[in-house]
Amino acid sequence: MKSSSPLRTKAARKASTGIAGLDEITGGGLPRGRTTLLVGGPGSGKTILALQFLAHGARTRKESAIFVAFEETSKRILANAASFGWNLTDLQRKKKLYFMDAQPLPDLVRSGDFDLGGMLAALDAQIKSMGARRIVFDALDVVLALLPDALAKQREMYRLHEWLLKRELTGIITLKSGGDETHSVNPQPFGFMQFMVDCAVILNHSVALGVSQRSMRVQKYRGTSFDENESPFLIGNRGFEVAIAHTLSRVEFKVNDERVSSGVARLDTMLGGGYYRGASVLITGFSGTAKTTLSGAFAEAACRRGERTLFVCFDSNSTEVIRNLASVGIRLDRHLKNGRLRMISARVITGSAETYLVRIKALAEEHRARCVVIDPVSAWSKSGNDLTAQSVADRLIDWSKGDGTTLVCTSLLDEMSGQVENGSPLQISSLADTWIHLNYLMQAGERNRGLSIVKSRGTAHSNQVRELILSDTGVTLADTYTAGGEVLMGTLRWEKERAERVAHETAETVATLNRVRLDAEEAELEVRLKSLQVELVAKQVEKALLVRTTQSDKGELSRGHTRIGELRGADTVKPGRK
Amino acid sequence: MTRNTSFSFRLYVAGNTHNSAQAIANLAALCRTHLPGRHKIDVIDVFRNPKRALADGVFMTPTLVKLAPLPVQKIVGTLSQTETVLQVLGLEAAIA
Repeated sequence: MKSSSPLRTKAARKASTGIAGLDEITGGGLPRGRTTLLVGGPGSGKTILALQFLAHGARTRKESAIFVAFEETSKRILANAASFGWNLTDLQRKKKLYFMDAQPLPDLVRSGDFDLGGMLAALDAQIKSMGARRIVFDALDVVLALLPDALAKQREMYRLHEWLLKRELTGIITLKSGGDETHSVNPQPFGFMQFMVDCAVILNHSVALGVSQRSMRVQKYRGTSFDENESPFLIGNRGFEVAIAHTLSRVEFKVNDERVSSGVARLDTMLGGGYYRGASVLITGFSGTAKTTLSGAFAEAACRRGERTLFVCFDSNSTEVIRNLASVGIRLDRHLKNGRLRMISARVITGSAETYLVRIKALAEEHRARCVVIDPVSAWSKSGNDLTAQSVADRLIDWSKGDGTTLVCTSLLDEMSGQVENGSPLQISSLADTWIHLNYLMQAGERNRGLSIVKSRGTAHSNQVRELILSDTGVTLADTYTAGGEVLMGTLRWEKERAERVAHETAETVATLNRVRLDAEEAELEVRLKSLQVELVAKQVEKALLVRTTQSDKGELSRGHTRIGELRGADTVKPGRK
Repeated sequence: MTRNTSFSFRLYVAGNTHNSAQAIANLAALCRTHLPGRHKIDVIDVFRNPKRALADGVFMTPTLVKLAPLPVQKIVGTLSQTETVLQVLGLEAAIA
């Protein structure tokens, strides 16, 4: 494990296994210089785990290693492990890894007591020559079975343990536990061994409803705290993968403010700009509510931005999905061709929910995907995975966040079960950042699709139900009308829209007519105003003329009196004195 | 197998441990009784000669290897169960 600082001091006392999940459970690896007991039934993966531990040490920690094979021959072990890509033959050539074939011959005759002194002496010579630090004794039970009595078995286990401690070797001893007894080791003589060693790991392989489930549990680990729970694991194509739910300390994620488009412009608006980069988005809905379409739109938008995308479909074949999405204007084929998009039909993956997760993780890493679509994630909870599906979904979200991958999952709701908004069958709705719910609305003989945002962390979002409209040109949302407490969709919405349009037009016409009438009245008034003004001016002129005429008449009159007086020789009298 | 067949043994022991000392004693006694004058015993101490043990693939001590007559046979343990040892060596007739 690439240990973060608090683990560094501990890590010095621990030997990394190269299995990330196991290192995490044990807080850095197996006890260095001590012995670990690895117990499990047939086919539980003991040999692979032990070998991976050695290969990792030899390759990355410069700790050369010895594998003592009591059961399978080294040739077969090497052949079986070849597919994991650990380059074991290369390590052998560089003398970093040594296989000791110590299988007792099938026709071996035993007479009386014996011990492992010869083997340990031989190993001493080998350790000295290659400076080995790690050692595995695989299937010690095979040799122990040859010893005559319980006392001799105990003595040899003790001898081996002392030998390991004295040489400060980090050792793994694997032992078979009987058949399907998965939780307890055979009481004798292995119980003795369990008390003796510093660390004991139990591998479990069970079948639930026909689905194989593997898990491991650290039973004891002296002097350190460890995750005591059973952790599911998988033997993948690179060896062990142990799943951790991060229950002890949830990983700190890099929080991102960047938004990515959902592929539907109006949905982006509803979300205040789109999904957050690295967010987990859950789309729930009944079958046929366009969950795939919505996630397809997201995938197309991601590819258009040039982001590598992984699309995992459980329900249908990937070519079917492409064809179906093309009918609503979502063209994924060209992105598939240029390699940005990778589509996986997950029906080809069989096995536990754990298998799905590990495969999807591996595929996403291989494709270097920044966006991942899983359609639908609820397929995981099928057939025997009820118990594990939940924790797998948790880890899926943890992983995508830790990785900064934007994840869109759809989840099918069962129409019969009546779960509507209380929760998806997998309770990932509480972990998801954005939850979009799709629903049918039955109204006036139509079934229309409604979209609502149930939650969207950290973003202001519209609380309105929108109608999701699919057409051959694409996906969009339409405002819905509420009338009498009911949401109108489809034809009803269209009728309502039309009625409003007509009403609007009528109102506009009336307004225009009114304006024209008023214009006319105004013009008429203005004309009247002008003519009145002209009339006024004429009157004023007439009045002024009248005044002047009157004055001149008066002057003429007085002048006339004076003249008559003069002519008559009358006394000069003042004109007012009559 | 004639009564004159010569036996050649190699006995791998681990130092002076109890088991090894017992095996040496048991083998010597058996040879004295059943193969007087026609046996050869080569004792190899794996503590002194660990590379030999590694090369010969001897992991459990003590281990007796019968080199001759053929076939080569291996017996692991202190050789305390004489009957078993004689049976493997094809000497059970000698007891009768």
